[in-house]
Amino acid sequence: MLGLTKKDFALLLVVTALALFAPFILNPFPEGSGMAQFNAGYPDLMQRFAIFGIFAIGFNILFGLTGYLSFGHAAFLGVGSYAAIWMMKLLTDNILPAMLLSVVIAGLFSLVVGYISLRRSGIYFAILTLAFAQMSYALAYSVLTPITGGETGLQLKLNDPRILDAALAPGERANANLFGLDMTASHELYFGAWQFTFNAGYYIAAACLILAFYLSIRIFRSPFGMMLRAIKSNNTRMTYTGLNARPYALAAFVISGMYAGLAGGLMVAMDTQVGPERMFWTASGEVVLMTILGGAGTLIGPVLGSGVIKYMENIISKINGSILHEWFSWMPDGLEDALVTLIYPFVGKGWHLTLGIVFMLVVIFLPGGLVEGGQRIGRMFRRNGGASRAAKDIAEQRNPAE
Amino acid sequence: MGILEIKNVNKRFGGLQALGDVNLSVAENTVHAIIGPNGAGKSTLLNVLVGKLIPDTGSVMFDGQSVLGRKPYEINQMGISRVFQTPEIFGDLTVLENMMIPIFAKRDGAFRMRAIGAAASEREVIEQAELMLESLNLADARHDHSAAMSRGNKRRLEIGMCLAQEPRLLLLDEPTAGMARADTNNTIDLLKQIKDERDITIAIIEHDMHVVFSLAERITVLAQGSPLVEDTPDKIKGHPKVREAYLGESA
Repeated sequence: MLGLTKKDFALLLVVTALALFAPFILNPFPEGSGMAQFNAGYPDLMQRFAIFGIFAIGFNILFGLTGYLSFGHAAFLGVGSYAAIWMMKLLTDNILPAMLLSVVIAGLFSLVVGYISLRRSGIYFAILTLAFAQMSYALAYSVLTPITGGETGLQLKLNDPRILDAALAPGERANANLFGLDMTASHELYFGAWQFTFNAGYYIAAACLILAFYLSIRIFRSPFGMMLRAIKSNNTRMTYTGLNARPYALAAFVISGMYAGLAGGLMVAMDTQVGPERMFWTASGEVVLMTILGGAGTLIGPVLGSGVIKYMENIISKINGSILHEWFSWMPDGLEDALVTLIYPFVGKGWHLTLGIVFMLVVIFLPGGLVEGGQRIGRMFRRNGGASRAAKDIAEQRNPAE
Repeated sequence: MGILEIKNVNKRFGGLQALGDVNLSVAENTVHAIIGPNGAGKSTLLNVLVGKLIPDTGSVMFDGQSVLGRKPYEINQMGISRVFQTPEIFGDLTVLENMMIPIFAKRDGAFRMRAIGAAASEREVIEQAELMLESLNLADARHDHSAAMSRGNKRRLEIGMCLAQEPRLLLLDEPTAGMARADTNNTIDLLKQIKDERDITIAIIEHDMHVVFSLAERITVLAQGSPLVEDTPDKIKGHPKVREAYLGESA
């Protein structure tokens, strides 16, 4: 189906289903209940799941396949965002040209950065990409203020040219749209105490995510993907097989840069403003964490990793002291206070601490990321299926190359 | 004129003359062994041939074209394949994928994007790779990770990967180093079979005299960076200079 094996097609279906039904899946708790704050099914966060999923899928094509660790991918995301907002300011509020231009510009920029950075490998490559990203950040923040808006960034304004669009009626605001479909348009569905939100912008982002995921499967399974894995596996043999590793790595770099550009363009399409902080090095580090947390080199890992991190960033960070007290109010006072004091550093503004612990646990006990965890659980269930199967699984375990 | 002509090649590393005026001609479709004690310059010479080192002076011609100044992958594309002392294979890839890569390299050259589509040509490559694996008796392992194979099988695979590119010159760097006797004999048999079945020139660097005398048609003895003698195996065995420099009186 679609040029995929059965297994890959099933995976694509799973991701498609998750993306389409996300408003239900992420809102399992009824409104107004104590658990409602764990609901993640609101448009803003769902859009972020999709956008960072795309970012991480693209990053994984470079890092997961070739092993080149880029520490500057946020620069391509940022460049994509700036390209998109300028397109919307100058040309039209339709997001399609904006997103196309963000992919193209990020692709060109990554071609330049990749061409230079790929002259080195390993730690030097990582440092070069980091240097480029920080330079981009610093330039966007200061020297390039006429183009980037400096510290305040860029927003859509009433007096933007928008040469393709009709003039706005008095009191009307410029809104990102796709051929008239407003990105902020939402449809609410009430089901008893449950509330589900279907947002146009989210479904555009989800469609991009599904397409991005499908493309990444095709790349992984193609001869080109095999060459990329060959670079990671043994560069010496690659060279002595008459293959030039550098253009392969550069192609992977540009592809992942274009994915980042798409993510940046989508960010603008969902929320029409840009600031230089999205190019900061912590943003580059975040996508590395997402990929490793989910499982570098696996297809679905980056999507999982970005989901987990964005969930923690948005949900755990909202738990504050008074919510904790509310949860434990049934306890005797002394115990309640002790427990709240104990948990407090890990929630709210301390969510990074929780993320750090989760990340360490995964890297130490599940080097293959969350995907490896899933595979282990799957094996545990299958092992109960019969002795011969168990023996086979053990043989597989001895050979944990994948 | 041999297929490989090395003329007046010199290479210095600081105060060390690694190669001193090396002249060597390898005739087409022969097995030519290069032997010599440790530090004789065998590996340096090999690295010059594959483009990893550039000599200070001299020329290296392969089939009438200079290899000097070309990148290793370009030299490989000219028809020179190299087998390493420690098998260099794609350990994270399956045996079949290992075999597919040189076939793609042969078809498409040093770089080609085949990200999407071209399923028909991919099937052809898989078929060719499977045939190749069958001839190497590795077909049963085709879906295994190549890193999990025995040393002997890794060596077979590596030699097979080189052959899949249909090279005109195969360079072997101590192909049986660190191998058990049975694996060594298997490798010798494989190389004999290759020599009989193909139009191929083989240059082999080896310490193991059993391997050298089983395969070689010509032998060059290197000592202290320069060729000492070059002759047939029988003559080399009895050569007094060689006995003195390399084999020792006991040989």
